[in-house]
Amino acid sequence: MVSNVLPFVIALPLLGAAVLLIGGRRTDSWGPYLATLLPIASFVCALVLFVHTLGQPDDARSQSVHLWTWFEAGKLNVGADLLYDQLSSLFLLLITGVGSLIHVYSLGYMAHDERKRRFFGYLNLFVAAMLTLVLAANYLVLFLGWEGVGLASYLLIGFWQHKPSAAAAAKKAFVMNRVGDMGLSLAIALCFTTFGSTSFDVVNAGAQHAGETTMTWLGLLLLLGACGKSAQVPLQAWLLDAMEGPTPVSALIHAATMVTAGVYLMVRSHAILDAAPVARTAVVVVATVTLLWGAIIGTAKDDIKKVLAGSTMSQIGYMMLAAGLGPAGYAFAIFHLLTHGFFKANMFLGAGSVMHAMDDDVDMRHYGALRRAMPVTFLTFAMGYLAIIGFPGFSGFWSKDKIIDAAWHEHWWIGALALFGAGITAFYMTRLMLMTFFTEKRWRDGVHPHESPSIMTGPLVVLAALSVLGGVMLLGSWIQDYLAPIVGEPPEESSGAPAWLISLLAVLVVACGVALAWFLVGRRPVPDTAPTDVRWPVAVARQDLYGDEINDTFVILPGRKLTGALLEIDKYGVDGLMTGGPVAVGAFAGIFRKAQNGFVRSYALSVLGGAVVVVLALMVVNWQ
Amino acid sequence: MTDVTPYLIVSAVLFSIGATGVLIRRNAIVVFMCIELMLNAANLSLVSFSNLHGNLEGQVTAFFVMVVAAAEVVIGLAIIMTIFRSRRSASIDDASLLKW
Repeated sequence: MVSNVLPFVIALPLLGAAVLLIGGRRTDSWGPYLATLLPIASFVCALVLFVHTLGQPDDARSQSVHLWTWFEAGKLNVGADLLYDQLSSLFLLLITGVGSLIHVYSLGYMAHDERKRRFFGYLNLFVAAMLTLVLAANYLVLFLGWEGVGLASYLLIGFWQHKPSAAAAAKKAFVMNRVGDMGLSLAIALCFTTFGSTSFDVVNAGAQHAGETTMTWLGLLLLLGACGKSAQVPLQAWLLDAMEGPTPVSALIHAATMVTAGVYLMVRSHAILDAAPVARTAVVVVATVTLLWGAIIGTAKDDIKKVLAGSTMSQIGYMMLAAGLGPAGYAFAIFHLLTHGFFKANMFLGAGSVMHAMDDDVDMRHYGALRRAMPVTFLTFAMGYLAIIGFPGFSGFWSKDKIIDAAWHEHWWIGALALFGAGITAFYMTRLMLMTFFTEKRWRDGVHPHESPSIMTGPLVVLAALSVLGGVMLLGSWIQDYLAPIVGEPPEESSGAPAWLISLLAVLVVACGVALAWFLVGRRPVPDTAPTDVRWPVAVARQDLYGDEINDTFVILPGRKLTGALLEIDKYGVDGLMTGGPVAVGAFAGIFRKAQNGFVRSYALSVLGGAVVVVLALMVVNWQ
Repeated sequence: MTDVTPYLIVSAVLFSIGATGVLIRRNAIVVFMCIELMLNAANLSLVSFSNLHGNLEGQVTAFFVMVVAAAEVVIGLAIIMTIFRSRRSASIDDASLLKW
């Protein structure tokens, strides 16, 4: 059953990409519809598999499918293997489910774009690559999907390539991801040398016995890979620029699925992290820094998509934090990943709907009072909003709460920072809500907001429902039990603050954040342009905490200096060595060719002189 | 066995005169004659040593030299004539265009 259906999950969207991108303009009219149907078919396959395996015992739920031998050389044998287990089954549902909804939404959003077919081709390519990533049974197939989503992300960020900013953003994302990919590829190489295989079961089984130093290196390299793909500090700067892409892309790739691949990688490599406490600590530190970093950026942006991008960064920080907490957190990392996939995709699509109504204006200072003009968008967005700030009962409340709880048990200051992050989240999301849907109208002339067509609001409604109800996965610790065979049993609750106290604290902190946003933004008129006489924290946050400047100073500038120096060495050292000989010969010849003066008598003198020298030499040699 | 030293001295003197002529004269015809002088000085040495060693190899070589010299004269004089016709001068220093 699994081995028959599983390949189709990947093959269907891949087929869509091939038909649309190779088929050319012939597919213009029906291509987008085909491209929407195929992920839906994929979703049906995933759902069938999920329901099918739910009825089986734990150990039968994990099945690997050997498609073919990818390559073999000596002792090295890499198979194109797929692995369907509890972890990938959840990802399958998320990717194909949210992916299908976003395809449907895109039919409305991109209706008037003349390159619509290409857009859908790229989207299908992305879905296929992302499915390859999560279904891989070894790191090498995972890497194939990893690079595939990177390519699709590049193509889609730069989809409106006529805008120089979009082209530059695509390039930036691609280049920064290469840094992370270097980490992942080195990790794969290290796997080969350490275990002789990159297959997950071999690596997971061997991790405990492989020596802590190796495991630490492996964990740190994987973390570098995850940082690149998941926009974690220090490789975070590309995500904000990635918002240049069409909004459905931001929702699918840069919120719900691709950027969470790093979290998937961490959870998938849990055995390595368990065996390397140093690497685990590094994950926690990176995650904590990122969750605050992203949240602080979110508070200062006026561009609605950039607020959401900062928020995504911050939420992925929460997931990474959970992944770094070990067996206590893995399941919650995935849980938060799923709920975040729902509510963030919902909000991104809602933002797209708002932009659609406001003539593609992204500045929230030009919005205001949209709740009456776009009631469906407002209500669905509100569901996402309540979920992300962690309003009791909504999906985000359950998932974030669990992470803060687990963090608190790890160490109280990590929990406190995560709690603080939740407060900032509440602040910036409330600010976004107020500036967009409440306060007074600040619309530009000639802008007449209207509700989006039902093909766009339909997916919003579904995602809003999921944002509200995502918490049911936690009922009776279902998700922990479901994932336990993969990531290990969570440890018994140790002593510390009781869970209800932490929930209460979280709700209080969130309430403070909301109230602060109300006092700062909701009670007074919103200035039409961003005030310039601001204190330094605001100025710093507006500059993305100098993320670009840090990269410029510490990476790009030294890099330029290095390449400049290498160029000089090449030019004057290597080239000089190579051309120096001929140049010297040339200069020598320039002087001595003057001997060829054309006078026969001078030649005769040379001949005579030469003959005399030869004779003298003979005499000297033969001197007895 | 006759003493060949005088012959060799004459040969050396002839060669030196020829060589000096080649080096210091500008008239192509004179230079040419000086070259013949050097060739004949060499011939004289060959014949002298041939006599000294009592075999004919040196004499045969001298004949070869004469034949080659005759052929060379034909070509050399033709070249000198051509140069003289085109330049109205037989000075070898005037014909110095073939240089760096």
